[in-house]
Amino acid sequence: MKRAFPILAVLTAALLSYALYEALVAAPTEQTMGNVQRIFYYHVPSAWTAFLFFFINFVCSIQYLVRRDPVADKVTNWAVIVIAVAACIAPFIIRPLPAGIEPSSVATTGIAIAGLYFLIKKYIPAGKTDALAVASAEVGVVFCTVVLVTGPLWARPVWGIWWTWDVRLTSTLVLWLIYISYLMLRRFSTSTETPALAAALAIFGALDVPLVYFSIWIFRTQHPQPVIGGGGSIDPRMLHVLLINWLAFLCFAALICWSRYRLEILQREVEETQALEALLEPRSSR
Amino acid sequence: MNFLYAAYTATWIIHITYLVILARRYKRLRSEIEQLKKK
Repeated sequence: MKRAFPILAVLTAALLSYALYEALVAAPTEQTMGNVQRIFYYHVPSAWTAFLFFFINFVCSIQYLVRRDPVADKVTNWAVIVIAVAACIAPFIIRPLPAGIEPSSVATTGIAIAGLYFLIKKYIPAGKTDALAVASAEVGVVFCTVVLVTGPLWARPVWGIWWTWDVRLTSTLVLWLIYISYLMLRRFSTSTETPALAAALAIFGALDVPLVYFSIWIFRTQHPQPVIGGGGSIDPRMLHVLLINWLAFLCFAALICWSRYRLEILQREVEETQALEALLEPRSSR
Repeated sequence: MNFLYAAYTATWIIHITYLVILARRYKRLRSEIEQLKKK
């Protein structure tokens, strides 16, 4: 991976440039909003990327807590399998499904949750899940910041206001604040229990993600309805540009998350070595 | 059009700022590793 990193970085930069060209030049101009609608190609993929990385943080936090206890680990494994199976069966039992929820998306989400859980479990050692949790939370916060900045820049010319306290906007702000507090806890707390406390906070914080996502169906909000799923529609050329931009942002986010993860592990190794040195120094000076 | 450019510029300012922060952390860590090696 170390050797592949520069190649992947160049490929990601090329993809981001192509996505930028597609968003600014190739995508058709929306008739009602005009060019300002193109903010959507950065706003929506950033939101999806932030949600994904908060979800990775959630999974890593659970694994950090349960993998210390073999019984809890086994119970969680089975719970994840049950969730995946239930997600595949539930859409055929619960009818009609709540507005905005499609059977295929429920099943896909359930399988994706289980897949990601076991993928992280297989490739990330138990002692390093906490490092991945920190890395993914930081990347999630960066993308969530983009969402909170580009949203008002779109709202001002379209709604005539920068911000309104509706559920989608407020819950997104709360989500950002929860993860900022998570990162502050990681940064400033020196207690040995900090990773466990932070993991608990992350699990609590992740509960806000479904609220943000489903808020536009559950509550009356000013935020536009989704254009994909839930009965929404979008011009196929716009959808293509949207997905290209999401792919580019996903690659970019994965690269910076991997860098941050490596940095966290190195930092911990240096801290351990420094602590060992500090323990050994008084003995050698005697 | 100004809002569009402002949104895209802001996005890249946020990402580049984070990349600079990461690069500085790497640099600081590398100097700590060098110091440990000297000992």
